Amino acid sequence: MDVVQLLRQYIDCKTTLFREGILDDQFTQLQKLADDSSPSFVVEVVSLFFDDSEKLLKNLTQALEQPVVDFKQVADHAHQFKGSSSSIGAQRVKNVCIAFRTYCIEENLDGCLKCLQQVKHEYALVKNKLENLLRLEQQIVAAGGSIPPVE
Amino acid sequence: MEACNCIEPQWPADDLLMKYQYISDFFIALAYFSIPLELIYFVKKSAVFPYRWVLVQFGAFIVLCGATHLINLWMFTMHSRTVAIVQTAAKVLTGVVSCATALMLVHIIPDLLSVKTRELFLKNKAAELDREMGLIRTQEETGRHVRMLTHEIRSTLDRHTILKTTLIELGRTLALEECALWMPTRTGLELHLSYTLRQQHPVGFTVPIQLPVINQVFSTNHAVKISPNCPIARIRPITGKYMPGEVVAVRVPLLHLSNFQINDWPELSTKRYALMVLMLPSDSARQWHVHELELVEVVADQVAVALSHAAILEESMRAQEQLVEQNVALDLARREAETAIRARNDFLAVMNHEMRTPMHAIIALSSLLQETESSNLLATLINDVLDLSRLEDGSFKLDVGTFNLHGVFREVLNLIQPIASVKKLLISLNLASDLPVFAVGDERRLMQVLLNIVGNAVKFSKEGSISVTAFIPKSEFLGDSRAPDFIAVQTESYFYLQVQVKDSGPGVNPQDIPKLFTKFAQSQMPATRSSNVSGLGLAICKRFVSLMEGQIWIESEGLGKGCTAIFTVKLGIPESSNETKLALLPKVPTNSVQGKFSGLKVLVMDENGVSRSVTKGLLMHLGCDVTIVSSSEECLLVVSPLFKVILLDVCMPGVDGFDVAVQIRKRFSKRHERPLIVALTGNSDRLARDNCLRAGMDGFILKPVSVDKMRSILLDLLEHGSVFEAHQ
Repeated sequence: MDVVQLLRQYIDCKTTLFREGILDDQFTQLQKLADDSSPSFVVEVVSLFFDDSEKLLKNLTQALEQPVVDFKQVADHAHQFKGSSSSIGAQRVKNVCIAFRTYCIEENLDGCLKCLQQVKHEYALVKNKLENLLRLEQQIVAAGGSIPPVE
Repeated sequence: MEACNCIEPQWPADDLLMKYQYISDFFIALAYFSIPLELIYFVKKSAVFPYRWVLVQFGAFIVLCGATHLINLWMFTMHSRTVAIVQTAAKVLTGVVSCATALMLVHIIPDLLSVKTRELFLKNKAAELDREMGLIRTQEETGRHVRMLTHEIRSTLDRHTILKTTLIELGRTLALEECALWMPTRTGLELHLSYTLRQQHPVGFTVPIQLPVINQVFSTNHAVKISPNCPIARIRPITGKYMPGEVVAVRVPLLHLSNFQINDWPELSTKRYALMVLMLPSDSARQWHVHELELVEVVADQVAVALSHAAILEESMRAQEQLVEQNVALDLARREAETAIRARNDFLAVMNHEMRTPMHAIIALSSLLQETESSNLLATLINDVLDLSRLEDGSFKLDVGTFNLHGVFREVLNLIQPIASVKKLLISLNLASDLPVFAVGDERRLMQVLLNIVGNAVKFSKEGSISVTAFIPKSEFLGDSRAPDFIAVQTESYFYLQVQVKDSGPGVNPQDIPKLFTKFAQSQMPATRSSNVSGLGLAICKRFVSLMEGQIWIESEGLGKGCTAIFTVKLGIPESSNETKLALLPKVPTNSVQGKFSGLKVLVMDENGVSRSVTKGLLMHLGCDVTIVSSSEECLLVVSPLFKVILLDVCMPGVDGFDVAVQIRKRFSKRHERPLIVALTGNSDRLARDNCLRAGMDGFILKPVSVDKMRSILLDLLEHGSVFEAHQ
């Protein structure tokens, strides 16, 4: 696949991400931080986010499967997830986390379970798209092209 | 009639008599026959009878007797000769057997009688054994009781519990009516009734300790029987009509720590005793048995041991409490001392910083003019002492920063120029061309050293010229010729500066040169006043120079030949940063704003790993030197005045970022040391803002932060010292 096609795919992917609100302006900020001395800054932060999120999702699932649910703990995990997703710009995940926290405060188990499902879904979506985006970036760079700068 | 053997009855047939005889004989026979049957039956039943054959004999005898009587029945009427013969035979046999039996019985009856006596004997023996068993059992019980009592007593270390348990257990074991303990009072002159078994709260009975009965009890370690009417036994009203039960008293030694001398354990001389009184129930005929007395004595000993253990424990706990108190007091004293030291240092710093410098400059300059070391010398000396004292106790640190090296020289010369002109001395400055314009080091101290050296040169030169040269020395010119092992290696980030100040003054005797740098040394020749120094100036210069990893020395060819003061110091090159710790430090893009942030030390506390990395990346992109911590403990450990800015995430649940801020404020109360604290939060309401203000924070940023926002906030902070914004 040649560079032009890759670039086109990259731009499409990115536009979709932003149009659908999966990522917000924070991600753009992160991309601005990548420069000559830390070219893989975004990749590093994104991998960190993936690791962190897997852990949080596992904890959330476990916590909600307990016979007696500790809503405070679930709220803490949701707060953490909200923090990390907002730092990286995963907007939709962040929004679900906000709702999640509210359900936890109300101790509404059904609401929490529903949110858990939703957040898992959103996370899978953003993970997929980000991995795609980053892979395209790598391919572009490998093929000799350069990533269009962020406005 | 023929002669027949029938015997005609003597008298006429008296039917009644005959009939009676007949019946009696019949019954006799019956009895005689039934007895053996009974005998056989019973013998068969009991298998133990030893004399069977006697029975057989006896049986035979009885049977034969019976037979005789039976045959007699036929003799009443007409009977034939056979009957008579049979009767005779029977009688003969009977006679034989009965004689035999009689003879046998003579042997047997004593035996049978002795059986009886043996039986009686055995019964007695069994009763005796039973009694002994009972005694042994009682003793074993007693032993068990003692063990149990001891166990109970030893299982607690509380005095009261020990004594109460003793009384209760003794009361139970020995079924006592009353059991009481008299303890000696503080004065030791009286015994006070402290514990009783049955009465709940013994009212304060006291008896004087010198009663004869008490002395009697105290003089022996055995339990002593005492009269129920003596004062120590009259504890309760007598309930029974009869005699009160027997009373026994025993001493309980109260051992003190100082009494534990291993060698004379059994004979502790000045001892205190307590008295235990035990009363058997009244109206019972019980008496004190020996084993009970022994039990009481053993228990008294055990109680003594248990009480001494309790006493030791109390002592050690008291000692421990005392130690704790002492520790607390010492800690307080140490803290106060530290505060005092800090106050002194602060005072010195203030003196140094605010007041001394202008004063010193003025004094130095005026003394340069006057060539006298008179009136203001004292002040100078004092000030120099302040500096030197700080140098001495090692609390002195160089104030490193980037400065204009050429500017320093120019300023020194500007200061000295007027005086030199007045004295008509020519001063020349020669800076090498390869000398960098900017350097990293302690500008103020370098200037002080220069001022001192050049000032000295001016002071002691009456005429002529003074030349100041500064250059980067080649390796072979570095160092004092007298210190050949001083080799300075030039590296990329440092360079050595050598300054030579040559004057045409009176010079110094080469022998005096070493003394120049010692403090308080006076010249050997006060009359000439040609020595180049007095007081502390050069000593301080030497200290500063060695702090800057350099050397200072004076060369002179002798008196009248002038003198050259030379010193070298190590300075840093400002281009390369000192902070090589952070390998990830990105290359700083040339941005006019960049210079303001280069190397700015920032501390970031955030629990969330992702947002931590993002904030770090952001700050590093702006050129800051970022340290990240993830908890408040780490934060408080790492924080130091080196950090100019601290970013605290305050929306971590369970972690009080505000509290960290308050603690940091407390720790660094001095204004110039205090880092600027900024809160990072996702919460934009007024309450959060107020909390930040109250915790003493200098700023408040809403997460997530963009590069531009961070940059402008940092700028604001550094310029104004505070930034507060409510919206992103």
